[in-house]
Amino acid sequence: WRVGIAVIAKENYPLYIRSVASQSELKFHYTVHTSLDVVEEKISAVGKSLGDQRELYLGLLYPTEDYKVYGYVTNSKVKFVIVVDSSNTSLRDNEIRSMFRKLHNSFTDVMCNPFHNPGDPIQSKAFDGIVSGMMVQTG
Amino acid sequence: MECQEEKPIIYTMENKPIVTCAGDQELFRSLYTTLAQQLPREPMEWRRTYGRAPKMIHLEANFVQFKEELLPKEGNKALLTFPFLHIYWTDCCDTEAYKGSVKEDMLRWQNSLRTHASPDWVIIVVESNDNKKKNKTNILPRSSIVDKIRGDFCNKQNDRCVVLSDPLKDTSRSQESWNSLLLKLRTLLLMSFTKNLGRFEDDMRTLREKRTQPGWSFCEYFMVQEELAFVFEMLQQFEDALVQYDELDALFTQYVLNFGAGDTANWLGSFCAPVRNWSGLLLRRPIDMEKRDGIQRGEASLLDLRSYLFSRQCTLLIFLQRPWEVTLRALELLHNCVQELRLLEVSVLEGALDCWVFLSCLEVLHRIEGCCDQAQLAANCSHTVGLWAYATDKLKSLGELCGLVSEKGPTSEDLNRTVDLLAGLGDERPETVHSLQSPYKKLKEALSSVEAFERHYLDLSHAAMEMYRAIGRLRSARLVGKSLAEFYMRKGDAERAENFLQEALKSYVSEGWSLPVTHTRRQIAECQKLLGRTEDYLQTSALLAGDVNLSTEERKHFCQEVLTYAGKPGDQSHKVTLSMSVFTELTRLQFHPAKASVHSGAVLQVELTLRCLMPVSVHLQQLAASIHFEVNHGDTLRRSKGHQRQTNQGTVEFSLGSSATGGMPASALVPSLELDEVQDRSPTDNSLNSTAVVCRNTHLLMRLHDSSSSSSSPPDTPNCINAAPVAMKEGAQMLKVQDVTLEPGNNSIILTAPSERPGTYILRQLCVTVGHVQFVLPHIYPSVQYDVYSQEPQLTVEPLSEPLLAGLPQMVKFTLLTGHYAVKKGDALQLSNTETMPVFPSSSCSACILSPADELVGESLLSIQASEKVTSISLPPTPPYHTLEFQLQVLCIIPSGSQRLPNERLTNGEVRHRPRSYSHPDTPMAAIDQRMSIDCPWSIYSTLLALTFYIPFKTKHSLLSAGNRKYIQVWLRNVSDVNFTLADVKLSEKQQASLELQSLNTKTQQLLCSRHSVFCLWEVRWKDDLPLCLQCVFSANFSPLNQDVSAFKPFHYQFQLERVPTLYSVKAEIFPPAGEQHCRSGLLCGLEVCITRLTEPAEAELAEDSKTDSDGLKTTKLMYEVADSSSNWAVCGRSSGTVSMPMAANATHKVQIEVMPLFAGHLPFPKIKVLKYLPHTPSTTIQPDPDSCLENDSLSLLDKTLEDQGDTASIRSRGSIHSVGSNEHQQQRSSTMPRLEPFSPGQVFNHSQSQQVLVLPAADDHIIEVNAT
Repeated sequence: WRVGIAVIAKENYPLYIRSVASQSELKFHYTVHTSLDVVEEKISAVGKSLGDQRELYLGLLYPTEDYKVYGYVTNSKVKFVIVVDSSNTSLRDNEIRSMFRKLHNSFTDVMCNPFHNPGDPIQSKAFDGIVSGMMVQTG
Repeated sequence: MECQEEKPIIYTMENKPIVTCAGDQELFRSLYTTLAQQLPREPMEWRRTYGRAPKMIHLEANFVQFKEELLPKEGNKALLTFPFLHIYWTDCCDTEAYKGSVKEDMLRWQNSLRTHASPDWVIIVVESNDNKKKNKTNILPRSSIVDKIRGDFCNKQNDRCVVLSDPLKDTSRSQESWNSLLLKLRTLLLMSFTKNLGRFEDDMRTLREKRTQPGWSFCEYFMVQEELAFVFEMLQQFEDALVQYDELDALFTQYVLNFGAGDTANWLGSFCAPVRNWSGLLLRRPIDMEKRDGIQRGEASLLDLRSYLFSRQCTLLIFLQRPWEVTLRALELLHNCVQELRLLEVSVLEGALDCWVFLSCLEVLHRIEGCCDQAQLAANCSHTVGLWAYATDKLKSLGELCGLVSEKGPTSEDLNRTVDLLAGLGDERPETVHSLQSPYKKLKEALSSVEAFERHYLDLSHAAMEMYRAIGRLRSARLVGKSLAEFYMRKGDAERAENFLQEALKSYVSEGWSLPVTHTRRQIAECQKLLGRTEDYLQTSALLAGDVNLSTEERKHFCQEVLTYAGKPGDQSHKVTLSMSVFTELTRLQFHPAKASVHSGAVLQVELTLRCLMPVSVHLQQLAASIHFEVNHGDTLRRSKGHQRQTNQGTVEFSLGSSATGGMPASALVPSLELDEVQDRSPTDNSLNSTAVVCRNTHLLMRLHDSSSSSSSPPDTPNCINAAPVAMKEGAQMLKVQDVTLEPGNNSIILTAPSERPGTYILRQLCVTVGHVQFVLPHIYPSVQYDVYSQEPQLTVEPLSEPLLAGLPQMVKFTLLTGHYAVKKGDALQLSNTETMPVFPSSSCSACILSPADELVGESLLSIQASEKVTSISLPPTPPYHTLEFQLQVLCIIPSGSQRLPNERLTNGEVRHRPRSYSHPDTPMAAIDQRMSIDCPWSIYSTLLALTFYIPFKTKHSLLSAGNRKYIQVWLRNVSDVNFTLADVKLSEKQQASLELQSLNTKTQQLLCSRHSVFCLWEVRWKDDLPLCLQCVFSANFSPLNQDVSAFKPFHYQFQLERVPTLYSVKAEIFPPAGEQHCRSGLLCGLEVCITRLTEPAEAELAEDSKTDSDGLKTTKLMYEVADSSSNWAVCGRSSGTVSMPMAANATHKVQIEVMPLFAGHLPFPKIKVLKYLPHTPSTTIQPDPDSCLENDSLSLLDKTLEDQGDTASIRSRGSIHSVGSNEHQQQRSSTMPRLEPFSPGQVFNHSQSQQVLVLPAADDHIIEVNAT
């Protein structure tokens, strides 16, 4: 895949998970799931040092030969993970950050929907649109 | 002093900046040791250009003898061999010697320096007293020779000539001069560094700026910048050295990226050559000269350059004691190299990169292990584990490539490939030849045989997994485990594979990752099939058959696996039991009828909605629900509200299980506590015995708790999400249906529930049988139950309309709930007749029979036979659990007044006549509870029923007097809501025949509307004597308005009048003051009260309260009192007094009292009261009570209030009321103290009652006071 985006609940089950290529979808799921290890590590490390005012962006979680995994965690411990192909060298850290920020905003909108039950998988079309836009942009 | 070699020094750590020494070599040699030791002792601050932060630096130098060749030639930019400072040593103190030889030598030295543009020099003049002593004759003052040198050479640079005094002596002077020399040397050295490095950097930058020009070579530039790095390293500025390499790294990376973007640099061509050597990183040498030469010659490959760069970075990082950065950078480098080769489209032999990465990983790890102890390594697993995992990965793919993973072993093609790969490794490096565990040897060995590969691969995998576990990255560990499982599967070792897969599956299931769950489960299915674990395999297959992540074909395949097994002919007794949740979901359960409560034997159906998860329709041999039966101990009230609510609609919705939907993980679906209130009521009077809160789903909550607390799941649980299948209890009662076909999706199945025995039936389990396979739902939750009840026959009576009125025929409704009793022909109800409530059997009385659903099923005439004692009602035959209704007319006879005599009212009348309010709280109607006793055919006991009737009337009577004449008034009030016609109002006296009651009522019939009253009046006439006591009966006929005469019903009211005759008449007269015609306000008038005895004393009176006077005349004492309650009069003098009245007719007593009118106008006479005065009889035994006066007062007060209350005969004086309930003590007191007793209203007649007298205003003043407010 070129890029994949996942939103993971506080309890670590996926709320939203989408990648561009379907044939490697399974690998994408495994990757995102494994990345939770590093997310948790980073959250606990950050929590110790900075207390309340922590950076939501966790940065590069870990690189692999084929792709880079970036993490972001909201204050309610919902995690966003963006996986980018390693060959995509044009993406800068700032761009990844702004992608996360956009995701977070859209996610907040989803949560504000009174008909959305927090904890349910995200089925919002608006959110889907935002993600699609990002995938087109980066993919 | 060391000699400079021809070749440039590269081993930078042993390198020091070069300082040349000219002049007296002997002298220098003697001082060299001290100098070399002392120079680095003190740090110096190095101020840097380009805004870099200043640094403290310890300076060292390599002192070499000055040679002209050492000076850099024009264009030579080498820095390492650059002499930073030139020193000329002399100890000359002799002017002659100086002039003769030394000066010349110095000049030559200076000239050669100048020609090579080396401005960094210093002349050191060593002085010692010994020298002075030797050459006494030519001795000049010290300063003079130094001055000479300064004058000759140091043109305005006096600091270029330094004096060192007595260097070999241990004096403070010597020390001081050493210090200043060292300081000078350091300062000059630093100045030279700054200047020369600055120049070098400028040149380097210029060169870098030319990189866009054709012919620019990265390798050349590399060498230049590395020179700078070397110098920094030489100066032990490792940070700065690292920066140089990092800059080179970044520059190269940018070029590769630009290449990817289509911007090609020529020099990159050499890096795009096919990779021929993949021997991996070499980190054991500070500088890999081989590779460096390759770069210098422009022959290096990309991997060579990267390897060399990284080895230098690694060396510097280790100097900087940052080993963990090495591992981090290593991983990045390896990933990056792979990417770059891909980007540059460099042709690489398949597997070569894997070899390179594998070797490099291990080399880095070895290097790190070499510089850290075990504890440090263990604590920093998180930094190394990535490399371990990467190496494992690469080895695995190499193994797969070389045919080392398959069961059969490598093919000849695989072997050829292996040979090619090994060839690219080249020979082992000399550094590691003797090491047993070198990466090179490991790789070679691993690729040599299947067994060796397995050993190495397992070692690496386990190491990686353990490290991941140690740092808490369990998911990563499980992913490695999964990879290991795949390896085992290829090797055909399904058992080991399954363990790893199960562990991974557990984590995916618990965190709700459906796609990995499906994938892993499919692998598990494969293992289980291989292992022949039928039950587990079927369970997994069933799960997969319902898995929406799979394609329909795959699902059908797994479904078929289950069905094939189920349909296999063979022993039917052995059944495989699987969890139902994988097969079908119970989504809804509905009861018909909805209340889920039927009487025994009735039909109750249960409709199940099952959502079948299978992709194809499945035929079931049987679907059964097991039941737990509980007998209700005759107490149907013991039922929770929660349950009633649940089954109110007759529908139970089940929340979906987590297993197949895959949305939420099992851990997120903790069922909430389901609490119900339970009330235990007494069966007899429905009072609350106890109340409690029960948790209805403890079994679920407790079970969940247990499984989550035990971290390791039991090994025999095949899939961690499915509950261990519970076998159906045999022999229990069941709801069953045979031969059903479940279609994919929702199915509706109707079962008939057993309902023979009364009790509660709880549905416990659901079981589906498909051939050899059973799917069991071990718990139906939320719990579902239905009730079967058995009811006793029940007979109730209620008014057809509220309220029931006494005295009139009223309709009442009998309702018989037959319950379990079937009414047979000939069954009859036997009503015991009572006098107070006769039943009026009517011939047209009919009964309705209603079904349990309140539908009319039959109607038949009732035959009612009434005998003297019993009214028998024959019932029509009625089936059980039906309702029989009929109506009867009854009459409640109003009890005549004899039971309601005035004096009875206090004792029992309080209870009886307390008004009860039902629908009309304002209307007080006296109620009568009428009991009925009925004998029923189903019971040996009589049924007692009560009806409450209300008396529609209220009555009161009073005795009125006019002198001797007597009148009786009866007041009748209709307190009901019905309008009545009243007729034939009569009053009769029972005992006195001579008495005549003359009616003064004119109408024979009159209307008595609801809440209205009627007054009736009779005059009492008698012939001889008026009896003391009269027994009267008031009677009237009444009927509801507009009904014919036959409907009239009698109403009686009995009462008794006592002390009827008038004993005394009181006459009052007011006389104006003398000489006045009328009374005037403010003037005294006379009030004359005349009390006259009207009758001869009766026998009783004589006995009661008279006493014999001294002259033998019977007298009685009366007390009079003039009281004016309205303050019209002021009584002057005595207002009260006692008079003795002779007990004879016409005995008269007159009393004169002075009164004064206070106002003008027609004033009513002041009130005159006459009371019976009972003087005290002296008693010796009992002392007067101190309260007695109070008692007396209160008595008179009471009497006053009585007077005001009016003159109803029915109200007796309170005094006598007291005496009725008096105790012994009171009686004693009353006999000792004088007592007042009022007369009954009829006994005293007041002539002047409501008489008025005219009072004129006071004559003299006519002031009218007007108050305006």
